[in-house]
Amino acid sequence: MSQFADSEGSVLRALQAIQETFGYVPDEALDTVAEVCNVSRAEVYGVFTYYSDLRSTLPAPNVVRVCIAEACQASGSDSLVAAIRAELGLDVHAKSRSGETEIAPVFCLGNCALGPAALVNDRLLGRTTVAKIRAALGDPR
Amino acid sequence: MSGSTTVYVPRDAAALSVGAEEIAKRVEDEARKRGKAVEIVRNGSRGALWLEPLVEVSTANGRVGYGPVAPEDVTSLFDAGFLDGAHHQLSLGVVDDHEWFAKQDRLTFARVGVVDPLSVSDYEAHGGLVALRKALTMDPQAIIDEVGASGLRGRGGAGFPAGIKWQTALQAQVGQKYICCNADEGDSGTFADRMLMEGDPFALIEGMAIAGLAVGATQGLIYVRSEYPHAIGALRAAVLLAAESAILGRDVLGSGRVFEVEVRVGAGSYVCGEETAMLESLEGKRGVVRAKPPLPAVEGLFGKPTVVNNVMTLASVPWIISHGASAYRDRGAGRSRGTQVFQLAGNVARGGIVELALGVPLRDLVDGFGGGTRTGRPVKTAQVGGPLGAYLPSSAFDVPMDYESLLAIGAMLGHGGIVVFDDSVNMAKQARFAMEFCAEESCGKCTPCRIGSVRGVETIDKIVAGERRRENLELLLDLCEVMTEGSLCAMGGLTPLPVKSALDHFPEDFGIESVEGSTRGATA
Ligand SMILES: Cc1cc2nc3c(=O)[nH]c(=O)nc-3n(C[C@H](O)[C@H](O)[C@H](O)COP(=O)(O)O)c2cc1C
Ligand code: SF4
Repeated sequence: MSQFADSEGSVLRALQAIQETFGYVPDEALDTVAEVCNVSRAEVYGVFTYYSDLRSTLPAPNVVRVCIAEACQASGSDSLVAAIRAELGLDVHAKSRSGETEIAPVFCLGNCALGPAALVNDRLLGRTTVAKIRAALGDPR
Repeated sequence: MSGSTTVYVPRDAAALSVGAEEIAKRVEDEARKRGKAVEIVRNGSRGALWLEPLVEVSTANGRVGYGPVAPEDVTSLFDAGFLDGAHHQLSLGVVDDHEWFAKQDRLTFARVGVVDPLSVSDYEAHGGLVALRKALTMDPQAIIDEVGASGLRGRGGAGFPAGIKWQTALQAQVGQKYICCNADEGDSGTFADRMLMEGDPFALIEGMAIAGLAVGATQGLIYVRSEYPHAIGALRAAVLLAAESAILGRDVLGSGRVFEVEVRVGAGSYVCGEETAMLESLEGKRGVVRAKPPLPAVEGLFGKPTVVNNVMTLASVPWIISHGASAYRDRGAGRSRGTQVFQLAGNVARGGIVELALGVPLRDLVDGFGGGTRTGRPVKTAQVGGPLGAYLPSSAFDVPMDYESLLAIGAMLGHGGIVVFDDSVNMAKQARFAMEFCAEESCGKCTPCRIGSVRGVETIDKIVAGERRRENLELLLDLCEVMTEGSLCAMGGLTPLPVKSALDHFPEDFGIESVEGSTRGATA
C-alpha cells in the first residue's frame, strides 16, 4: 500500500491492487485506502462504486463474462445467452452464480470478428458455444 | 539446407480464442516426433481473423500460409510437407500475394502479424526506430509541421487534426507535460488498437516518444481497458524491453533526452474512453467527463498540458516521420488524408483488419473484403463507427468511407469499426439497445444523457407495443433532440444517431410506415 502514498492520483490504483490481491475490495479496505491516500472515505467510496470492475464480494472460482454488445449480437449472442440459461442454468443478464461459476455480461472483448465472444477467467473464446465454455471451465462433457 | 524452419503461430488474443495455443503446441510436438527442427515465432495476427488460426512457414519464396488450422490438421500438414511450403487443402499460398492482403495498403499495420511483437531486433529489421532516430535530430516545431502536413487526424473518433493538438501542447509554457495514449477502445466492433498493442507494441511506444519530443513531454501513459488482458501483458513486456534497449528512459537512444512510459489499466467504464473522463480516471478519480475548455492540451492530467491521442493516431506517426508527410497525405479523399484501419466485425464472412486509404466505398469493405454475411443471408445493415454510430442500410453502401462523406449522410467514421448484420436483425431492438447502453454507461453529469436514455428505452418499448404510437414517436424524437443538444459529450450527444438512423431507414421494424407519415411532420 505504501507505494500509493506519495503517488498522485492513486485511489483507483490502490483499489485495483487490493482487488488483485483479494479478488474483491473488503469494506475495511476503503478506510485503509482513505488513510494511505489522504482523502476521505466518502471519496474512496465514490471511486469504488463508479467502476464496474470493482466488487465488494468474493468472486466464484470461475468467472465467465459473455459479450452482449452489437458485434456479438450480430453473431448470435442472444442464442448463446439462451443456451447458457438452458444448459448451464445461468442467467447472463442477471449476473448469476451457480456453484463454482458466476456469469456476467460485458460490453466488448475486442474479438468482434469472431463473435460471439466470452472470457472464461482469463481465457478469451471466439465463436463461443456452451460446449466451448464447458471445456474452458474444465468440464469437457 | 538442414537449418531450422521458422513457423509462425499467432499469439494474438483473437487467434488464441479459436485455438492458436493448441496449434502451437501440436506443431512443436509433431516436429519433435519427426525430428524436424522448427523455430516457432508467436507473432501478432495478420488481421485476417476469418483465417485464424493462420499458420505461416518461412520459405525461399516468402511466407506461405495455412488456415484456418484445426488441431487435427497439424498431422496432415506435416504429412503434406508444409515445412517446405507444400500444398495442403488449407494452403493460402504466399500470404503477401493473397488478394485479401495484396489489395490492402498497410502503413500503420505494416508490421502487425509480420514481426515477433517482443523482439526489438525484429522491429528494427522491419523499419522500426528509423523515425525516432530522425525525430531526435529534428526541431520540435519541425516534427509537428511534418505531422500537421501529413493531414493525420485523430483516429479515436473525433477526427481532430493531430498537428494542431500537438502545437497547442508545444506552446504551453509549462515544465511538466504528458502524452496520454487512449487505449480504452470500448466500441463494439473495434479491435485495431488491441491488435496493434499485441502485435506491434513498439510502434505505439515509438509514436509516443516522438510525440514527447515534439511537445516537450517526458512522461507517457497508456490507459488500456481491463477487458484486454493480452494487450496489457504485451504492453508491459514491451515497455520493459524498450527501457532495456534505451528506446525509453533517461537517455533515449543515447540522445540525452528523457521519455518514459507507464501502463495504466482501466476499470470497466466506457465513458473513460472520453478523453477528459480518462484523465480523471488516470488521476484516480471517478471517470466523469470534464467541461471543455480548458482543452487537455492546455490543462490536462493534473492540470498540466497533455496530448491525448488514440493508439492508431500515435502508431501512425513513426510511418509519417520515416516516409515523409507527403507520402501519407497522398492517400485519402478530401480532407480525410492517409489510411484508416477499418475493422470488419459482426456477421461477416471474412472479418478482420482492412487498412486502406480513406475514401474507399463501404460496399468494397462489406461485400468485397468482407464477402457479405457469415450466415449467407442478405446484409440488412452495417453500424459504422461504434455504438454511437449510424445504422446504414445496404442501399447506402456506396458512401466513401471518409470523415466528410459519412457526415454528409448523417453518419460518422468513429474508430473505423463496421458491424455487419443480416436480415434477421430487428432494428427497434438495436435502437433500444443503444439507449440502454447509454443509460448503463452514462457518467451521470448531464440529465438528458442520464435520464433521457432511460426514457428512450421505455418509449421505444411503447412504440413497438403499439401504445399511442404517434405521441410516443414524437416523444422519442424530442428526447433525441434534447440529448443531442443538451449533452456535454458524445455519449449522450450521439446516442440519438443509431436510434434515429434505425428509425429513419427501418421504420417497419418499429411498426410504423415512415417517421414523417407517423408524426405531424415534426422531424427535420
Ligand atoms: C463516450 C466516449 C468514448 C470514447 N472512447 C474512446 C476510446 O475508447 N478510444 C479513443 O481513442 N477515443 C475515444 N473517445 C474519443 C476521445 O474523447 C478523444 O477524442 C480521443 O482520445 C482523442 O484522440 P485522437 O485525436 O487521437 O482520436 C471517446 C469519446 C467519447 C465521447
Ligand atoms: S453526455 Fe452522458 S457521458 Fe457525456 S458528460 Fe453528459 S452524462 Fe456524462
